[in-house]
Amino acid sequence: MKLHINPKEGKPIYRQIMDQVKYLIASGRLSPGDELPTVRGLAQDLLINPNTVARAYRELEQAGILVTRQGAGTYVSTQGTPLSREACGRLLLERARAFAAEAWHLGYSLEDTIALLREAHEEQHEISNDHKENLP
Amino acid sequence: MTEAAGLESVIEVRDLVRKFRRKQALAGVDITVPRGVVYGLVGENGAGKTTLLKHILGSLRAQSGSVRVFGMDPVKEPVAVLSQLGYLSEDRDIPGWMRVGEAIGYTQAFYPGWDEAYAESLRERFELDERAKIKTLSRGEKAKCGLLLALAYRPPLLVLDEPSSGLDPSARHDILEAIVRTVADEGRTVLFSSHLLDEVERVADVVAMIHRGKVVFEESLDSIKARHGRLLVSREEEDGPAPELPGLLHASGGGREWTLVCEGELDALRTEATARGLLVLEADTPSLEDVFLARVAPGKRKGTVS
Repeated sequence: MKLHINPKEGKPIYRQIMDQVKYLIASGRLSPGDELPTVRGLAQDLLINPNTVARAYRELEQAGILVTRQGAGTYVSTQGTPLSREACGRLLLERARAFAAEAWHLGYSLEDTIALLREAHEEQHEISNDHKENLP
Repeated sequence: MTEAAGLESVIEVRDLVRKFRRKQALAGVDITVPRGVVYGLVGENGAGKTTLLKHILGSLRAQSGSVRVFGMDPVKEPVAVLSQLGYLSEDRDIPGWMRVGEAIGYTQAFYPGWDEAYAESLRERFELDERAKIKTLSRGEKAKCGLLLALAYRPPLLVLDEPSSGLDPSARHDILEAIVRTVADEGRTVLFSSHLLDEVERVADVVAMIHRGKVVFEESLDSIKARHGRLLVSREEEDGPAPELPGLLHASGGGREWTLVCEGELDALRTEATARGLLVLEADTPSLEDVFLARVAPGKRKGTVS
């Protein structure tokens, strides 16, 4: 599990961890039942306060996304699909806002902004197809 | 406050005043460092951070007010306090003629609780040559050597004065890692001063901001972030002074677009700005650096804190 923390971003670091874990699950890079690094391990890896990692894990647990088995580590929940389409939508909207703001500043019209998005989406489609062809 | 932090405090400073000739270095400082937290002391150069730390170490006597470390006065009971405290000073004062191995042996003699295996593992991790003379070490190596000497008796309190100042990224990485490891050990406390606010943001539970010898605020990093907001707004008028907003601490920009760092809850700020006819382009939580610059150094440009 590779996470990237940016303390200059402003968003509290525990929220950065929470959002990235959700993305990893939504994108299938973390699957139900996968084990997460320990609080200490992740804190040392990211060079952040262990209390911050503990808080992110705790809140993900309360949201039903992670489960902690006493003395046996933290895992991605196997109970149903914790990330509903609605939750994914909220995460994406946050990114869309940043993208829309940037396009606005650069003077892009809505049509031009959507065209860029379409282009990026098509690229993603191709990458995904290439990936499938390369599989054994 | 974090769960790890009990009610018990390791350091209590009350109404501490210090004058050097005519200069008022500390003008009534109160801080409380709870057990088990990473406590970050931030402020500009000359704000009083080092002077405060010297009182905590007992190398300066309080002119008025009180200083308690583990419930004791560090000036009256230096041995009892210093045996529980690891300290890395800003100028890493280790005699230059000593070799690394000698500095380790010399320091070890003062501390019955010295952990030889731990000292050796730190020396290997920091890639310090036992036979190298201190004066031939790079800044980063000197800092690592100082850190080794401060950590190897596993003190319950670690005090670091500007630990990353002037260091290359690799040495900064080691310093941060040492802070993270120290606090991961149950109940140990770290107090450090720094002007590198992104580092403070990474590791601190509690932050105290010192400005001109006074504590501007002392609170958990989470709460600092929760009660400040940063808005990027656009307005109709091409020119004129910065837009007004309740709780506004600092406005930067010009023309139509402005960045406003404010005290207040983010949604309320967004609503208020909209009600005043401003178009809110972005609304987010400011970084500690944004808050710092808005509060104590509004004249300075981003990236120039020191």
